[in-house]
Amino acid sequence: MAASKQTVLQFFPSTTSLSARVHPVVLFNICDCYVRRPDQADRVIGTLLGSVSPDGTVEIKNSYAVPHNESADQVALDIDYHHNMFMSHQKVNPKEVIVGWYSTGFGVSGGSTLIHEFYSREVSNPVHLTVDTGFQNGEASIKAYVSVNLSLGDRQLAAQFQEIPLDMRMIEAERVGFDILKMAMVDKLPNDLEGMEASMERLLALIDDVYKYVDDVVEGRVTPDNNIGRFIADTLSSVPKLSPAAFDKLFNDRIQDNLALVYLSSLTRTQLSVAEKLNTAAQIL
Amino acid sequence: MANTMARSFLQAVSSEDVAPPLRVVQMEGLAILKIIKHCKDFSPALVTGQLLGLDVGSVLEVTNCFPFPIREEDEEIEADGANYQLEMMRCLREVNVDNNTVGWYQSTLLGSFQTVELIETFMNYQENIRRCVCIVYDPSRSNQGVLALKALKLTDSFMNLYRNNNFTGEKLREKKLSWVDVFEEIPIKVSNSALISAFMTELEPDSPVTQCDYDRLKLSTAPYMERNLEFLIECMEDLNSEQNKFQYYYRNLSRQQAQQQAWLQKRRTENMARKAAGEEPLPEEDPSNPIFKPIPEPSRLDSYLITNQIANYCNQINGVAGQSFNKLYLMKALHDN
Repeated sequence: MAASKQTVLQFFPSTTSLSARVHPVVLFNICDCYVRRPDQADRVIGTLLGSVSPDGTVEIKNSYAVPHNESADQVALDIDYHHNMFMSHQKVNPKEVIVGWYSTGFGVSGGSTLIHEFYSREVSNPVHLTVDTGFQNGEASIKAYVSVNLSLGDRQLAAQFQEIPLDMRMIEAERVGFDILKMAMVDKLPNDLEGMEASMERLLALIDDVYKYVDDVVEGRVTPDNNIGRFIADTLSSVPKLSPAAFDKLFNDRIQDNLALVYLSSLTRTQLSVAEKLNTAAQIL
Repeated sequence: MANTMARSFLQAVSSEDVAPPLRVVQMEGLAILKIIKHCKDFSPALVTGQLLGLDVGSVLEVTNCFPFPIREEDEEIEADGANYQLEMMRCLREVNVDNNTVGWYQSTLLGSFQTVELIETFMNYQENIRRCVCIVYDPSRSNQGVLALKALKLTDSFMNLYRNNNFTGEKLREKKLSWVDVFEEIPIKVSNSALISAFMTELEPDSPVTQCDYDRLKLSTAPYMERNLEFLIECMEDLNSEQNKFQYYYRNLSRQQAQQQAWLQKRRTENMARKAAGEEPLPEEDPSNPIFKPIPEPSRLDSYLITNQIANYCNQINGVAGQSFNKLYLMKALHDN
């Protein structure tokens, strides 16, 4: 439990049109750094890299941890390290710039304002990401904040951390496969046919669900929802209508193409083994 | 009793620390995601990076990785590259990341990664690290919904042969080394820390269909197949030229031998004549004669590599064709209904 008071902030409708999008690599990186943190540290602080799109969405693509020292009233960040790592990252990907910083732990603490000030010197309007690795409320919470200036008339009163909407769609993680990333240990990466089978099973399950739903509606067990009905009708009508003859021809052509390819590749492999025998054959003088 | 014990002690002391053979490569989800991100960001350019981790028994753990900047062919940038690497390793050590190099990763285009450079890099790494592995990621194949991640290693027999730079047909037949024995693929296991698997379980979106499924069930595989076939055809041409080289060599060899025989005959008849005349017989060998110069045998390394590539392409084509069959039959069933 941190000694400093932690405040949980309310989500006011944001006055800025800023929103953030986080890539799964960042989350993995943060968790990894947290697991590897030195024993006396309570939380991990680091820099976020990414890009800002013209419509105001901040895309957070990469991150790295920065060693820091924290005591009750002061925070010391290793600035040299931060700059060195940034230079190194820039060499690989010059387009990624500093967009903010992250810290683990629930809520925002007093020390965070100092760090936020430091980062606002590096980039205008940095985004502060908190990743609750302690699962404070029994759930995972990842929130993004920006600093909003509170002013009364012309006078600057204070700055407030205001939450901005965070988009956590994980398209890359989905591509890799959630089963691989979720379990603590996966013994084998699925190969193409196994993956195909899994996808088809999922499709079949979905079709079964829709079928059951339609049945229920027809029998009167479930109140019909017009939107869903319209959606289903749209989906069904999007299957292209081909005459059976045309479809058969299309189908047969594709099957024949595929068979030809399989034949070609088997032929090539046979040729390879013959060629190898010839290449290393003993020379008869 | 004392004798056997002494012998066993001596054996224990003198026996080398034989490492158990590498059976599996264990990767962390973090490393996989970082590799995928880096390769995808720069595709279709080919990029490389360093793998960091631990070497434990028969498992090679890969816990983290960092990318290499794209290197231009410039002498000054060489030193820069080494500096970058040292800098990264030093920084990562400060945050308690294992900074043990266990290999490197590279992206590839449609599986065409078997080149001489790969072998050279392997040999370079092998001198410093006892066990290293190369992870190859194919971003174009991953668009088909397959996680195309492979862990490769050179077989020991191949490495010994390469060190002696001896690729003649004799040696290869002796060691029974065929083109399948050049590279060895190691299965990959994935592990994740408990924290991140808790996060993933919480944050997994509710949709039962993922992007992966969309990719897999796509019906248009034609562009991918076309490129595969293109590469295959190019490789066949290369293989053909290699075989022509061998034919040329053999023809030269037999012609040279015929010349040698003829010359030898002539010498022998000369010697007979000289003996009859009572003079010293001339030697039967003449190293200064150009027809005795041994013709160098072309190295078979290239043909092995090309053969490997072709086999790879064939495998890929087979895989995709298999998937297409499934999809086509699915489409047919859907249409019939």
